[in-house]
Amino acid sequence: MQLTNRSKVIAKKEMSFMERLYIPAILGGLAITIKHLFKKKVSLRYPEVTRAFAPVYRGMHVLKRDELGRENCTACGLCAVACPAEAITMDAAERKSGEENLYREEKYAAKYEINMLRCIFCGLCEEACPKDAIYLTDRIVPSEYKRNSFIYGKDILVEKVDERIDVSKRKNEYSILN
Amino acid sequence: MPKVTIDGKTIEVADGTTILQAARMLGKEVAPPAMCFYTNLKTSGGYCRTCLVKVSKGSDKDPRPMPKLVASCRTPIMDGMEVQNNTSPEVIDARKGVVEFLLINHPLDCPVCDQAGECHLQDLSYENGSAKTRTEFERRTFNKIEIGNKIQLHMTRCILCYRCVKVAEQITDGRVHGVINRGDHSEISTYIEEVIDNDFSGNVIDVCPVGALTDKTFRFKSRVWFTKPMSAHRTCDKCSGKVTLWYQGDEVLRTTGRKDQWGEVEEFICNTCRFDKKLTSDWTIEGPTIVDKHSVISANHYEGMIIPNELTLNDIKKLPLLEKNTDGNTEF
Repeated sequence: MQLTNRSKVIAKKEMSFMERLYIPAILGGLAITIKHLFKKKVSLRYPEVTRAFAPVYRGMHVLKRDELGRENCTACGLCAVACPAEAITMDAAERKSGEENLYREEKYAAKYEINMLRCIFCGLCEEACPKDAIYLTDRIVPSEYKRNSFIYGKDILVEKVDERIDVSKRKNEYSILN
Repeated sequence: MPKVTIDGKTIEVADGTTILQAARMLGKEVAPPAMCFYTNLKTSGGYCRTCLVKVSKGSDKDPRPMPKLVASCRTPIMDGMEVQNNTSPEVIDARKGVVEFLLINHPLDCPVCDQAGECHLQDLSYENGSAKTRTEFERRTFNKIEIGNKIQLHMTRCILCYRCVKVAEQITDGRVHGVINRGDHSEISTYIEEVIDNDFSGNVIDVCPVGALTDKTFRFKSRVWFTKPMSAHRTCDKCSGKVTLWYQGDEVLRTTGRKDQWGEVEEFICNTCRFDKKLTSDWTIEGPTIVDKHSVISANHYEGMIIPNELTLNDIKKLPLLEKNTDGNTEF
């Protein structure tokens, strides 16, 4: 039974001499291949070369430090309550004397975890943050072998004192709104 | 029975009722906010000025309006009185000014404060305040005073509502803490850093509208909105034993008195119930406490949520057949 009008009737007529040579068809195919060698490349040699991201690109999170190298986060929990995917969990602790150079305020996050499998990169956490602590950056979350490896703790999220992560572009995006 | 009209709503109340109490009887829409007034504490009220209202008609006998805005928690009603609360732009403007005054010295350290989420000053400034401050001066600071291992005092957050002082006077038998110094230097203190060790001293935590007096056993443990409130009771020889337990997982992080819709505790509880009974086995659980759905505490909790009546396929089948128009289209 014919279902559509698009069905093709297979022609079983014999090939001509030129068709039986196959060479014109092979050359035609090669011509297409060679033409592509001179076209602009579609892909990039990642990770040596990276694509330019839009300033509003939302990638992996960073927990910022202030200019003195103290952690900004006070474990206020606003990011976790704003998170629609419930990806953020944290434990707070009280700063002891002698730790003033590590944490900016008297309370800090002893544990701060983001489940990257849950995270939908909506950016509500950085919008909720009253302490300028969490930002989404243009870094890409790498793939992992184990599910547990996707739960990022403070060891991954907090920026290193000697390699700061620049979020000034994102801050400028927000300052337009404010 | 005198009659009073507040924001266009009329109610008949008993003699001697204050405007604030009459407004609370009428409901949440007309009730002015109150930071220092506390129903269960005698002589409370009159300090914070957040409950200012305009009396546009004094009474039936003397219909002249009151010349200035009055504190509704201290003004008894008269027959035929007409009061404007949220309908008067003058009141709204005055309240904005009061909030600004309350916040002049408040550190605004809400991300650190344990009261955040159930703080009356937070609600008040969110609803009535402005987003910017005009103060250029340093906020006042105090030397830290330890007032025992159960209660934490943060004097910088205090708005001097005197509620805790009234608790010390009226609920506990020996007054061990009060306000020292005057004016801008006023300070809640136990004299000579005396430790509060009364059985009911923990109630100062519940009555404090801000985070000046908080539970030390709950300090930095969690945020209010990550904990789940459950009503529970136990037989206690000192108090009623009716409390709210704040759970995180299976763990009781904090015990407070049961609060009504005005944020006031129904019954004061003793320190044994508050600080020492932190096991589920100590309590008879009555069920989850219903939290106002606009409160941040109800975020991600679904108890008390009004579930819309969704139709199941069987319900639809039971509906009377939809009538068809003459042209064959179904009309809805």
